[in-house]
Amino acid sequence: MSTGGSDLNSSNMTDLLRSVISRVYAESPNVLHVLYALQRQFLHISDEAVREVAVHLDLPISQVDAVVEFYSFFHKIPRGRYDLLFSNCTSCGYMAGGVDLMAMFGRRLEIAAGSTRDDGLVSMDQTSCIGMCDHGAALLVNGMPIVSLDVAMITRIAALVEAATPLEDWPAEWFHVEDSIRVSGLLLKDDLSEDISLRAMLAHGAAGTLSEIVQSGLRGRGGAGFSTGMKWQLCRDAQGAAHYVVCNADEGEPGTFKDRVLLHSYADRLFEGMTVCAFTIGAKQGYLYLRGEYRYLLPHLQTVLARRRELGLLGGDILGQPGFSFDIDIVVGAGAYICGEESALIESLEGKRGIPRVRPPFPVTHGYLGQPTVVNNVETFIAAVHIVLRGSAWFKAVGTEKSAGSKILSVSGDCAAPGIYEYPFGVTIRQVLDDCGAENVQAVQVGGPSGTLINSAEFDRKLGFDDLSTGGSLMIFNQTRDLLAVIVNFAHFFAHESCGFCTPCRVGTILLKNGLDKIACGHGTRYDLDEMQRIAALVKCRSHCGLGQTAANPILDGLQHFPQAFEQRLVHRDYEPHFDLDAALEEARQVSHRDDTAAHIK
Amino acid sequence: MSADTKQNPITQNTITIDGQEIPFQVGQTIMDAALAAGVYIPHLCHRQGFTPHGSCKLCVVDIASKSATACTMPAVAGQQISNNTPALNEARKTITQMLFIEGNHICPSCEKCGDCTLQAMAYHLGMLDGHFPQFFQRREVDASHPTVMLDRDRCILCELCVRASREVDGKNVFEIAGRGTNAHLIVNSASGKLVDSDLETSDMAAHICPVGAILIKESGYKVPIGQRIFDLHKVSEIGLEKIILTKMKHADE
Amino acid sequence: MLMSKIRIATTSLAGCFGCHMSFLDMDERLVALLEHVEFNRSPFTDIKHCGSCDIGLIEGGVSNAENVHVLREFRDNCKILIAVGACAINGGVPAMRNHFNLRECLEEAYVNGAGVENPQIPNDIELPLLLDKVHPIHDVVRVDYYLPGCPPSADAFLKILGDLLAGKAPSLPYNLLHYD
Repeated sequence: MSTGGSDLNSSNMTDLLRSVISRVYAESPNVLHVLYALQRQFLHISDEAVREVAVHLDLPISQVDAVVEFYSFFHKIPRGRYDLLFSNCTSCGYMAGGVDLMAMFGRRLEIAAGSTRDDGLVSMDQTSCIGMCDHGAALLVNGMPIVSLDVAMITRIAALVEAATPLEDWPAEWFHVEDSIRVSGLLLKDDLSEDISLRAMLAHGAAGTLSEIVQSGLRGRGGAGFSTGMKWQLCRDAQGAAHYVVCNADEGEPGTFKDRVLLHSYADRLFEGMTVCAFTIGAKQGYLYLRGEYRYLLPHLQTVLARRRELGLLGGDILGQPGFSFDIDIVVGAGAYICGEESALIESLEGKRGIPRVRPPFPVTHGYLGQPTVVNNVETFIAAVHIVLRGSAWFKAVGTEKSAGSKILSVSGDCAAPGIYEYPFGVTIRQVLDDCGAENVQAVQVGGPSGTLINSAEFDRKLGFDDLSTGGSLMIFNQTRDLLAVIVNFAHFFAHESCGFCTPCRVGTILLKNGLDKIACGHGTRYDLDEMQRIAALVKCRSHCGLGQTAANPILDGLQHFPQAFEQRLVHRDYEPHFDLDAALEEARQVSHRDDTAAHIK
Repeated sequence: MSADTKQNPITQNTITIDGQEIPFQVGQTIMDAALAAGVYIPHLCHRQGFTPHGSCKLCVVDIASKSATACTMPAVAGQQISNNTPALNEARKTITQMLFIEGNHICPSCEKCGDCTLQAMAYHLGMLDGHFPQFFQRREVDASHPTVMLDRDRCILCELCVRASREVDGKNVFEIAGRGTNAHLIVNSASGKLVDSDLETSDMAAHICPVGAILIKESGYKVPIGQRIFDLHKVSEIGLEKIILTKMKHADE
Repeated sequence: MLMSKIRIATTSLAGCFGCHMSFLDMDERLVALLEHVEFNRSPFTDIKHCGSCDIGLIEGGVSNAENVHVLREFRDNCKILIAVGACAINGGVPAMRNHFNLRECLEEAYVNGAGVENPQIPNDIELPLLLDKVHPIHDVVRVDYYLPGCPPSADAFLKILGDLLAGKAPSLPYNLLHYD
């Protein structure tokens, strides 16, 4: 290729980069969206692309670079034209069916996990839970989910990839993700028209509406359970140039998929709830922060928003109320569990790495762009809608004293009927297990890996903020499951998702992962177990945010409630080396072409 | 303000650290108040005059048995704070060990030896070894700049250089990129190299590093062993910042 | 009644012997020490294998298969094992090769390095193979105490040994704690 030709190519590339950047930024002025478009089109974000983005968006190069390297879905090195990400969740992961589907795919296409094939056709890697837990093993191909994977499907997918068949020509039914709503309650039994609650809201007025929310006892449904009324009140009272409403749809806790269903089938309710919030706090702008793994829902959500604007339910002068204007933009994440933490989410919205902020101050007073911001879960906004219409007493009548109303659960794992279950707070675990057809249950992980692992002695405990708290995830493990493997899975998850800001979590989660791996592969001693306990306590106690503070829960719960899972794997020696000594000689063996006795260590 | 209650002026705006009452001004953090009163709370990423950061977690204290980060937690009247306790110092030692095994901290061959706050902290806490298995991560050296060297082996992600560049130098030379233990220091230049940035030798960011990650070239080993900062001082002394920053011209010369 | 002397074994694995030199810097205090201790396997005595010993002083990290075997012999035969110096404690200067893979190191030293004639990576059945990384000794065996320094001073050695001889847990005062 002549120099002139390559000059032309490189200046073509620059023009192409610039045109993509300016087009996307004009449609959607957020660095995450620009980077996504570049990743899609060019299969990576090159150094040149980073520079061009920095120039066009007037950001420091280092900030753009930092963002590219932070989020799992952005890459500096080209991915394959088919980018396959297998979930590694215990419910929707590649091992969910008992067969290692990712290894199988890798063998068929001669590609190792975590790599791109030399011909650039395909990349294969694992990724954290993608929220398809009610559908068995699942993957994302170029961001699109394929669920209910089995050996036959993997074989067909491999063939389609090898033949470079365009995704549009793959079986359409593969990409269809069903809602499996099994039990409906307060929120899911919905027969409201689009705007009745907004009219009720206008009738109450802002203060009156807020009062209903406060009196209802509604608490955040994302897991933390902060009083929604108090949050909206604090934000309303806070001084600021502008107030913001943010919906946290970053549903990343493994085993949680209820927001996926709500976004798919109750999007109107959600946007209505955000509108109610905006009315009470005086916000004109709202954001839906949608996790990158749910990008496939974006067209549907945009359609719902567009229709609401046409109906005068969003935009200027909502329902004819002069001065009440509110609109919602959707920002799509890029693969980072930590962005489900509200302050990290705001950092991400602002185009930075998702690092949790120092608190105080809290988002209600200093949130998005330093302004008063409400960040609430999808389900919380939907609950607010119902409360506004039917009244706080209606909501309070259900549930318990400390936990009013209902909770939507995502039930998955070893049960006959995984899916969505809505119960009044106070429901027992036993009830849930009966209803979903779970048998021979060994353990239940309530609230995902950051929640609580319970054994059968505790199945009469109740779901609620005062006993067993959950954002919705409920994962069931029967007697056949290796619980240590489950706990190891959770430890890997936290090590992968730690944002890296603070020492205890950044280093501690890796130490916990490595220590558990040592025990799980049969090289752990009593000393190693004691070390796990000690490190876990430090990570739990001294970390900067909720991720670190809960990352050690599975280990601490496991040691307390399932000690046998660890004990039976221990070697009863005083000490085991921290690395495989014989494997450490492999490189030397290859260089020297030796395989005699002295070339090995026992 | 009730007229009939006699407000004791001493306890009005005070916090208690290890049983000692310390005054504070509204808006100060626990760290601010403690240092002002001559009470040392171990810290690495904290520096007076910079936005508090809260990443190293050396300054963890217990407020009525709940953990708090002293450098970012606002002082509130009546806080009962434990600081210099065996349990806390044990936790701090573990955190220090975590830093040592995460990076590649080989003291004998590091020019910062004896002037290094991380090392001095380890001495202060009685750390004899790193305890945990070393990560031995591959981290890059950037020696491109004519006068300033960047050795990421030693970086503890304290972001003092990031803050110094932004808040004092009026530049934006440094940033942290990546996630988890892959987080690393990057340079704000087109090539990513220090030589292509606008960093100058006179920048505070070039001198602020508490460890041997950012070093001025050709300035090491000028001060003999026995007269380095932490040969003469302990890390727990208040007000060492000036001495540390003027290392080129040693305060005792 | 004659009390039997405390038996000490010493070795340098992937070390420079600087810790051994520093030990000898106690000069004439060695005479008094020898009232209470005797040396078994050690460069000082040239005894080649450990008998049953009370204390093992290990200098240097673990860099090759032979280091592993020696270290294991020490652990098997010494009641108390002490990691002496930076290299034994965290790999030290030799661990700087962990930044590169083994092949890169060998090629730089024996093939591509400046001034190399007849380039070839040494290979003989009697040569111990190198581990892919240099490790602190506590990655391979249980270690009882740590004596940091590069090297630890003679005073530091005497403090630790003195404590052990007196039946106390060894401890280093602040002024004797150095990593260099």
